[in-house]
Amino acid sequence: MIRTENIWKYFEDDKPVLRNVSLHFEQGKTNLIIGRSGSGKTVLMKCLVGLLEADKGRIFYDDRDFSAMGFKARKVIRKEMGMLFQGAALFDSMTVEDNITFPLNMFTRMSRTEKKKRVDFCLDRVNLGAVHGLLPSELSGGMKKRVAIARAISIKPKYLFCDEPNSGLDPPTAILIDKLISEITHDFNITTVVNTHDMNSVMEIGDTVAFIHKGDLWWTGSKDDVLHTCNKQLNEFVYATELMRTIQNQTQEGE
Amino acid sequence: MKLFYHIGRYFVLLWLILQKPEKTSIYRRQVIAEMDYLGLDSLGIVAIVSVFMGAVVTIQTAFNTDHPLLPAYAIGFATRQAIILEFSPTVISLILAGKVGSRVASEIGTMRVTEQIDALEVMGVNAASYLILPKVIASVIINPALVIISMFLGISGGYMAAALTDVVPLSNFTYGILFEFSQFDILYALVKTIIFAIIIASVSGYFGFYTRGGALQVGHSSTKAVVFSSIYIILFNLILTQILLA
Ligand SMILES: Nc1ncnc2c1ncn2[C@@H]1O[C@H](COP(=O)(O)OP(=O)(O)OP(=O)(O)O)[C@@H](O)[C@H]1O
Ligand SMILES: [Mg+2]
Repeated sequence: MIRTENIWKYFEDDKPVLRNVSLHFEQGKTNLIIGRSGSGKTVLMKCLVGLLEADKGRIFYDDRDFSAMGFKARKVIRKEMGMLFQGAALFDSMTVEDNITFPLNMFTRMSRTEKKKRVDFCLDRVNLGAVHGLLPSELSGGMKKRVAIARAISIKPKYLFCDEPNSGLDPPTAILIDKLISEITHDFNITTVVNTHDMNSVMEIGDTVAFIHKGDLWWTGSKDDVLHTCNKQLNEFVYATELMRTIQNQTQEGE
Repeated sequence: MKLFYHIGRYFVLLWLILQKPEKTSIYRRQVIAEMDYLGLDSLGIVAIVSVFMGAVVTIQTAFNTDHPLLPAYAIGFATRQAIILEFSPTVISLILAGKVGSRVASEIGTMRVTEQIDALEVMGVNAASYLILPKVIASVIINPALVIISMFLGISGGYMAAALTDVVPLSNFTYGILFEFSQFDILYALVKTIIFAIIIASVSGYFGFYTRGGALQVGHSSTKAVVFSSIYIILFNLILTQILLA
């Protein structure tokens, strides 16, 4: 479980990018943060993991006050985190196998065979076969994302962060990645936070949904509530595409 | 103002670099890999430059000290002193600043702009230390070795020039090379080299680590790494020469 209390983040003095965001991300659920491009999703996620410092507010990981911690204390929590970056951020000079073993080498005392088994397990879990020896530049975009997920889960994280896991992927692959994240979350009882602006993802995997608009938290709820909200900004977001509008009209006619 | 900002941030980075490593075995492996990249790779250029500079220094000294009052062995002596005291430690370090500095800054800079450094930090790895410390240690080990090789090859180059031309009689030259040899000179050269090695690896690491932007800025960082490591080498050369030889 992750909780934020009144997070504010400024890059310029009078224009906060995040305004008083208080959120609750539940364990064993995929918690979605949705919002338009530039609304502050990535900044919020970076504040959560400590890549950016929030200017005001507090962040709790299972009641451990992350925001008050120093470098050393944070390291303990960081070892429980996995993160999937928007651009995958694989170590490009290392093979797929070395990428996945990296956290294991760094933080565990596993034997060679144990590590090998873990790599195979993680790759299998993300439906990738024999790609061990390939370099990231030799993978397709979707494969990179999957390897990045495999790396993120290799040390069995308690918290998983995914920044737009399916951006730049074709719809079936996007859904595949979404499903993968959702399954991993439920299988391993992880607290997962996912940034997205894709309504497909919301409907597929959104256990809880938080809507951010221009740095303000406008709405929280479940994916079923998303379709029936009277929040104007959220409605505009949800029904931005022709497809969603058609669905909306059909359901209204049916009622 | 900008200068103080950079100096302050440089020392913060140094402090981060010197934190206790997560796992020494991984660092050890990194150091060996870096020694290979940073050192052995530079052996060729160091060798070529040293031999030719040694030869040129000998010929120049011979032409410019052609005076009846100066003994002929002075040429060998001057060549040796120039190579050991200044040429090998300083010029070779400057060459390494160009070769190694740009490589270190662009490698780390690329990792920064592709979020690989963020990925390391989220995992709980001290990225500054993981990326820069092995390079500093490898440079501190390998650069003195390169400089010693350079001294040897430089003097050999001078010897070849003396043997192949008639600017100075060979026996006089050899006498000059061995004349009043002091081990302190070598020590002095190595102390300078070690400090230059730390400057090259850490300054280049600094510019790479704080790169912001994309491919263009990575290029800028690597240029800045070379320019500033060279400037600091020359600056510290002056200071150290004053302190150590005074
Ligand atoms: N390092 C930074 N310095 C200054 N401003 C920043 C920085 N990072 C983000 N911003 C600003 O913060 C705002 C929110 O950016 P953010 O990246 O969080 O958007 P986002 O919701 O993730 O958008 P997208 O869906 O396109 O990824 C933007 O206006 C952006 O310009
Ligand atoms: Mg974003």
